[in-house]
Amino acid sequence: MAIEVPVFHVLMLAGVLFLLGLAGVLVRRNIMFLLMSLEIMMNAAGLAFIAAGAVWGQPDGQIMFMFILALAAAEVAVALGIVLQISRRFDTLDIDAASDFNG
Amino acid sequence: MDWFWLVPALPLAGFLVLFVTEGKLPDKVVAFVGAGSVGLAALVALGVGWQFVASGQSSFSLPLWTWIAVGDFTPSITLYLDSLSLVMTGVITGVGFLIHLYATGYMWQDHEEPKGYSRFFAYMNLFVFAMLMLVLGDNLLTLFLGWEGVGLCSYLLIGFYHRDPANGYAARKAFVVTRVGDTLMALGLFLLFWEFKTLEMQAILAEAGSLTPGMATAVGLLLLGGAVGKSAQVPLQTWLPDAMAGPTPVSALIHAATMVTAGVYLIARMQDVYLLSADAQHVVAVVGLVTLLISSFTALTQTDIKRILAYSTMSQIGYMFMALGVGAWSAAIFHLMTHAFFKALLFLASGSVILALHHEQDIFKMGGLWKKLPIPFWSMAIGSAALVALPFTSGFASKDAILLTAYDNGGWLYWGGGALAAGMTALYTTRMMIVTFFGRSKTEPHDDSKANMWLPLVVLGILSIGGGWFGIAVLDDLLGPIKSFSHFTPLALVTIAVPLLGVLVGWLVFSGRVNVSAVVESGLGNGLRRYWHGGWGFDWVYDRVFVKPFVAMARINKNDVVDLVFRITAALARGLHYIGALTQTGRLRWYAANLGLGLVLVLLIVLEVL
Amino acid sequence: MILAVVLLLLAAGVLAWASERFVGANAPRVVSVLAFAVGLAWAISEWLGGPAATGLYAAQHIEWIPRFGISVALSMDGLSLLMVALTMFLGIIAVVSSWDEIETGHGFFQFNILWVMAGVVGVFTAMDLFLFFFFWEVMLIPMYFLIAIWGHENKGYASMKFFLFTQISGLLMLLAILALVFVHFRSSGEITFSYEKLLGADVDPAIAMWLMLGFFAAFATKLPSVPVHTWLPDAHTQAPTAGSVILAGILLKTGAYGLIRIAVPLFPQASMDFSFWAMLLGVVSILYGGFMAFSQSDFKRLVAYSSIAHMGFILIGVYAFNEVGLQGAIVTMVAHGFSTAALFMMAGALQHRLHTREMSRMGGLWVHAPRMGVMTLFFVVASVGMPGLGNFVGEFLALLGAFGKNVPLAVAATVGIVVAAVYGLYLMQRSFQGTPNPDVAAMPDFGARDMSVMILMAGALVWVGVYPQPVLELAGATIATLGVLP
Repeated sequence: MAIEVPVFHVLMLAGVLFLLGLAGVLVRRNIMFLLMSLEIMMNAAGLAFIAAGAVWGQPDGQIMFMFILALAAAEVAVALGIVLQISRRFDTLDIDAASDFNG
Repeated sequence: MDWFWLVPALPLAGFLVLFVTEGKLPDKVVAFVGAGSVGLAALVALGVGWQFVASGQSSFSLPLWTWIAVGDFTPSITLYLDSLSLVMTGVITGVGFLIHLYATGYMWQDHEEPKGYSRFFAYMNLFVFAMLMLVLGDNLLTLFLGWEGVGLCSYLLIGFYHRDPANGYAARKAFVVTRVGDTLMALGLFLLFWEFKTLEMQAILAEAGSLTPGMATAVGLLLLGGAVGKSAQVPLQTWLPDAMAGPTPVSALIHAATMVTAGVYLIARMQDVYLLSADAQHVVAVVGLVTLLISSFTALTQTDIKRILAYSTMSQIGYMFMALGVGAWSAAIFHLMTHAFFKALLFLASGSVILALHHEQDIFKMGGLWKKLPIPFWSMAIGSAALVALPFTSGFASKDAILLTAYDNGGWLYWGGGALAAGMTALYTTRMMIVTFFGRSKTEPHDDSKANMWLPLVVLGILSIGGGWFGIAVLDDLLGPIKSFSHFTPLALVTIAVPLLGVLVGWLVFSGRVNVSAVVESGLGNGLRRYWHGGWGFDWVYDRVFVKPFVAMARINKNDVVDLVFRITAALARGLHYIGALTQTGRLRWYAANLGLGLVLVLLIVLEVL
Repeated sequence: MILAVVLLLLAAGVLAWASERFVGANAPRVVSVLAFAVGLAWAISEWLGGPAATGLYAAQHIEWIPRFGISVALSMDGLSLLMVALTMFLGIIAVVSSWDEIETGHGFFQFNILWVMAGVVGVFTAMDLFLFFFFWEVMLIPMYFLIAIWGHENKGYASMKFFLFTQISGLLMLLAILALVFVHFRSSGEITFSYEKLLGADVDPAIAMWLMLGFFAAFATKLPSVPVHTWLPDAHTQAPTAGSVILAGILLKTGAYGLIRIAVPLFPQASMDFSFWAMLLGVVSILYGGFMAFSQSDFKRLVAYSSIAHMGFILIGVYAFNEVGLQGAIVTMVAHGFSTAALFMMAGALQHRLHTREMSRMGGLWVHAPRMGVMTLFFVVASVGMPGLGNFVGEFLALLGAFGKNVPLAVAATVGIVVAAVYGLYLMQRSFQGTPNPDVAAMPDFGARDMSVMILMAGALVWVGVYPQPVLELAGATIATLGVLP
């Protein structure tokens, strides 16, 4: 007999995780932490998908989570490459140092 | 008479030869081409005139080609010969040739301009061509061609010594002021075309009766506008005195004998239109009278010999306009002819004086020249006598014809004004003669003029005296009756007496026998003298009303105020660009924050919280 | 044949570009002159051959995008022939006059010239509005490059201004074309861009006015008329000599041609209703252009403003709605092509010699270069409107026509001839007359090549001025078929 977790609680958790991630993105300047915050936000979205899939008894939610995982993997691959370039070029991991693209 | 086209073609050919050779011809050849082409044209004109008179035709036209053909508008290049244009052609080629001959000597020593000798005769020949087109054209557009052409040549010749900016200014002034008149004339042409669907003069004159009085007045006044500009009459007279910047033969040919009388020709030619409008005729007469008086007073105060003659030219043309205004068409043309003789003589003689004094033109720096320069002196004396209209000179015949007709047709006012001006003419002419040729010598002349310079003086001198008899004998038949001094009335006696009186007073005053310095030096006398000297303030007014505001506005608006609209648009776009660019900080976290905020905003709107 | 000529110019452009690399710097110029000479010979032979029974000298029709009723329809009647011949003639003149002026990129320079002219020939012969717009854009881009690459000190600004004005007004025309096609589709059920078919389009008067204004905006900007004239002085001043010659001699005429061929015939009633305003714009252009010309101190800028004044005569002539006025406009197009192009060449020659266009740094140049002085005098006098030279015939006819339509406006426009005298003679005075400028020690005069070009242009002006009949006849045949005269 599985324990029923109310869907509202799961969605609250997802929302809190998302906001934590967003706050991390906005506040942290270190790129590594920025990336980690992004991961948290993505996982929050994934959690919401799984909860929704469970509620409706459909596999779609889990499939979406697989997509998100794939996306996260790809993103990390590209992002780490960029991080490497930034750390080489600017000799720092501060994201605000890379603001040459201002108007 | 089919070889009649040679008359204008010869000067044109002369111009082309001199133009194409770029001044590389030796001066002797230039003189030969320049004067020879006009001389030949004069001979041809003489032959054609002989044939024409002998044939007894009243007119003869020689169509050359269709100039423009658009719908109803089909002016052609057609030469038209009748008694009026014959007289004009004779004056232009005959007097023109004498002046060209004189100029071959006058310009000979002129080394101020490299290749100037050739350029001078090129312009002069072009002028003669244009002037002939003016009087020989059978339609108003061909007349306009000549009209503008002589204006151009006048511009070129006034500014002949182009290195002096003052000459350039005088030349431009002449061109622009006459262009104002030309504009009015062009409008007259437009009006005539839409009224008659043709610009051919004989056709217009034949149909002129169909004009309403208002339309006739409008046409008359517009054409008068053109005439006033070209003939230097009030209110467009201001360019003529400045035009004396040109070499003296130019002043003689263009600004005395021919071009400035083009207005008289135009009005005489279109007389049937003026006959339909008493108002227009009246205006013509008043313009003539006002110019006559204004310029004869001004001439009295001038010190430059050429400017005296210029003002005197204006006043003599004023006589012609007055004659036209009172319907004395033939007298006007008669005076035009005699004036061409004696005024050309006066200018050429003054040219000899000026040349002998090394380009000195101030009469108060001359004096005592009558023995040293006998030919110029006697020429000048004859010319002056004719100008003053002493009995038995040509000027006497023509001027009295005008005054007598003015009295008969116009009344006391015109006769009185004309007589007063005749007295003034005698006064300033006497002043000019006495100051220039008598008294103490101030500058030593050296005269080395050759036959080519004194011969024209002699011929013109003979014409100045004898031209009157010719006029009575020939023009009377050709142009219509001219009132002559055979009508002896008390009035005629007064008309004869006035110039004599003027000469007497002039002699008394300017030879110092009567001292008038108290009058002249008084406040009023001085003020009047200065006012007259400045040409009655016309230049002053035009300068302030037209020239200065125009130049000032041009200076202010150099960068084109209309462009401001587009420049402001561009500046606005650029400003918006800067504002938009401010949001592009290049900071990732700033973008993310905006993203989050935007999301919140959208959510709030969707959830209808806002 | 027409398409072949357009393609010839396009191909010659590519060839000229390539020839610089493979043959030498001189080759592009030779290719260019040859291409224009062939074009001119073709135009003259068509002229001498006389028109076919349809009144056309040449015509061509090839389907392009049948689905939308678009075809490559080219035809050449009297007016087109006149303009094409003028284009080819001035093409030769432009290349020869800038023989020594260009120092870099000869190949690409000639490429641009040839492509502009190809576009122009297309515009003058297109009988399909889509094609017309296509060629309209084809002329624009190479001209932009001519100014932007080979221009003078402020070329970036000038070329961008030129591009924006032409492009924005061109878009208005495109909108009008599309709307017209749509309106025609709704009433007839046929989608077509064909000029002949659209001539008969049944358009509601209120809409017709707006559509006409769309076309008018494009053509008035190209002409240019006040108040959208301000690109012209900048573009002219900055353009290289050949660019100025083409711009003044030909490109401005496409605006006038558009008015005569397209704006007025497509919307006769709307144009008639609009005629007062169009003539007013013309009068303002004449007076304001003349006034602005007087206020300039830059030789080229002065001539550019005088162009605006001359184009005003075209406006009043076209919108006078009578044969005299329309003929006047057309003769003005031709005569202005010669006189102003020559003055721009003179400005180029002076800049080449003195490295300035400022007239305050000239003065008394006649002393050094009498031939240049005489030729400048000649063309100034022509543009002042001296009878016997081409401009007079055009301007007199335009004014005469305008007088028959609206007397007060014609009177105001006639004042323009006084203003023309003021600025024309002022130009002459400040550059060639007056005290010789001590800074100019010596200046080489025109040699045989420059002189022969100038005499060619002068001869053309005298011809149009003394015997304009051939021009009038060519144009007259077209005017009769346009069907715009009441």
